[in-house]
Amino acid sequence: MGKEMTGAEMVLQALRDHGVKHLFGYPGGAALPIYDELFQQEDIQHILVRHEQGAGHAAEGYARSSGKPGVVLVTSGPGATNMVTALTDAMLDSIPLVCITAQVPTHLIGSDAFQECDTVGITRPCTKYNWLVRDVNDLPRIMHDAFTVATTGRPGPVVVDIPKDVQFATGTYHGPDGEGRSSYKGYEPRIKGDEQAIAHAVELMANARRPVFYTGGGVINSGPEASQLLRELVASTGFPITSTLMGLGAYPASGKNWLGMLGMHGTYEANMAMHDCDVMICIGARFDDRITGRTDAFSPGSQKIHVDIDPSSVNKNVRVDVPIIGDVGNVMGEMLRLWREKAPKPELKPWWNQIETWKARRSLAYRPNADVIMPQYAIERLFQATKGLDTYITTEVGQHQMWAAQFYHFDEPNRWMTSGGLGTMGYGLPAALGVQVAHPESLVVDIAGDASVLMTMQEMSTAVQHNLPIKIFILNNCYMGMVRQWQQLLHGNRLSNSYNESLPDFVKLAEAYGCVGIRAERPGDLDDAIAEMISVKQPVLFDCRVANLENCFPMIPSGKAHNEMILPAEAESEAEAAFAGGKALV
Amino acid sequence: MSQPATLTGKPAVTPPASAYFFEDRQDPEEAHTLTVLVDNEPGVLARVIGLFSGRGYNIESLTVSETEHEKHLSRITIVTRGSRAVLEQIKNQLARIVPVHRVTDLSEVARERNQEKPLERELALVKVAGRGENRLEALRLADAFKAEVVDATTEHFVFQMTGRSAKVEQFISIMQPMGLVEVCRTGVAALSRGAEAS
Repeated sequence: MGKEMTGAEMVLQALRDHGVKHLFGYPGGAALPIYDELFQQEDIQHILVRHEQGAGHAAEGYARSSGKPGVVLVTSGPGATNMVTALTDAMLDSIPLVCITAQVPTHLIGSDAFQECDTVGITRPCTKYNWLVRDVNDLPRIMHDAFTVATTGRPGPVVVDIPKDVQFATGTYHGPDGEGRSSYKGYEPRIKGDEQAIAHAVELMANARRPVFYTGGGVINSGPEASQLLRELVASTGFPITSTLMGLGAYPASGKNWLGMLGMHGTYEANMAMHDCDVMICIGARFDDRITGRTDAFSPGSQKIHVDIDPSSVNKNVRVDVPIIGDVGNVMGEMLRLWREKAPKPELKPWWNQIETWKARRSLAYRPNADVIMPQYAIERLFQATKGLDTYITTEVGQHQMWAAQFYHFDEPNRWMTSGGLGTMGYGLPAALGVQVAHPESLVVDIAGDASVLMTMQEMSTAVQHNLPIKIFILNNCYMGMVRQWQQLLHGNRLSNSYNESLPDFVKLAEAYGCVGIRAERPGDLDDAIAEMISVKQPVLFDCRVANLENCFPMIPSGKAHNEMILPAEAESEAEAAFAGGKALV
Repeated sequence: MSQPATLTGKPAVTPPASAYFFEDRQDPEEAHTLTVLVDNEPGVLARVIGLFSGRGYNIESLTVSETEHEKHLSRITIVTRGSRAVLEQIKNQLARIVPVHRVTDLSEVARERNQEKPLERELALVKVAGRGENRLEALRLADAFKAEVVDATTEHFVFQMTGRSAKVEQFISIMQPMGLVEVCRTGVAALSRGAEAS
């Protein structure tokens, strides 16, 4: 039976019906009826951010770390446009977000009213789907559809745009199971993989001599069972495994078959294994250009199996031999069953021996320094200090992000929140807020860069207001390090606008926000400073002064294939020479 | 990577490289006619068109109309051109749109059924103005193309003609010297041949 209520009440009721406990948002004129309803209830906690983009990234962190959809509420016009970066970020990384935007009253739509923008038009390419609600009686169904679409199939962000008069209007509310059920007959994500294709894949795997698993964020999105199945599949087959940036933690970094991350800054052994394999099993990854290098030289001798829930990911960048459309957890379960039934014993010894020779190149080695904190060393120490704790890591985007991926080792899924597809500087700090909201007792660390962190720094104020003791671990090298690295390597060392002059004093800034500032300048100070950061029960800005000109290696340079990586030893001399040349210019 | 200095002491500017991988792909392209059945709700057409422009696909023709009123289903017919890989992407990307029920590649269906092409028709309204011999010639040609006169004064005709796109093209180009004023075309409507649905 339906119940009469206002549109604003319906929004809150629908959130309750979908188990929402937390809402990230920022009020404004058009959203006031919903904010009024929020004020009069206690089931849903609203986290007030300082900029709508922060609400979006916080919701992403919340979603990624908890497996639940992140929910955002913002006002019309600038509230909605400020969400665009976060929506696009969630779109590219397949993060389930339900974003409610308020809109000017229906009779003003199209009149260029105050704080009006074409929200559904602007957000159409950066949402999985979006709706403008013109009639309050459509609102319940659309709210339920929004949650269904965001969380099923390949997850993603959705926008529900609700004009102010619709929020005030009264209509009949139906729950998600009754008359409010979705009307999209064409929307049926495929869960179960094709049996013949799976059998064919297992056959290829059984006869492989140089196999490799290449897994991605899809395994994490599929839920913890998928990560468990992946571990069993790797253990049963004995195959080596590498993962994309987004997939870290699905297979434990301490696992014996782990090759490290692959791609542009992946390990030598992971990229060489990808290049030389005879059977590649891609699970929940999408052959992104940061992964493949030049596609015409990508893993030339392999038969490729691709498991993905989204048919449009298949054969998009790289032609595969065995596509399997379905939920990766479901498909891996079936693969495992067939594998155990056949119980093949492929001869993998020579392949593993080969991999050991690649590992021996120690592609992540860096030159230690007794006087200056090396950024890699800082992350190694952070890892040592926090690995035994209940820790979640977020990052910004740039060198620090790649070093975090290389030197912080994840043994569990949902512990690593990073902006992979869009590469959004400023993601990590608000994402950490969202993670901390979902896991109030856990240690949440944003491994940040000095440039990125300033893009969303104002959210420290949110952290203080809501008692969210996030730790912002800034690898401060006074540069946009990755931009500088590319300029050094690719643009003749012309360091155009990549130096951050006049950075704030992060310790004083922390104090100004009412949180704690800590600085470490010498390698010898680092452990104590990290210990202090962990013990403080308040938000912390940690200013870790690192070597200014260190670069991130190994690296697949431009237009090169996986087997043409620059390793640290050769890179060091090249980069130093490049920089020496550059200094002469200044 | 070190910066070479020129004789004048000014550093030579090294050409930039890129961290993206440029590839020159020249796979043969073909035109395909796709039919897309969608829930008729606001924004669906914008999403379909946005998909084509956003991902750099071609639209040669696009028609849309509600075809099953009780079910609120619309049929979008798109003629697009691309390599086989791109065409596969287009179909998958279209199918991913939430209110899309079904994407059918009519050209592919025709191929499977050993037919040359799907049934494709277009309607054009062609306005021609003139007097004397040109006017008579226009009428004679229209007759040869089985075009119908739907509006006329002593100074003009509007012809309505239907047929395959190639025939419409031909008619329009023939009318050019006869005093062609303007043309409106519906774009391609298409169905598969034979008793079965597409």
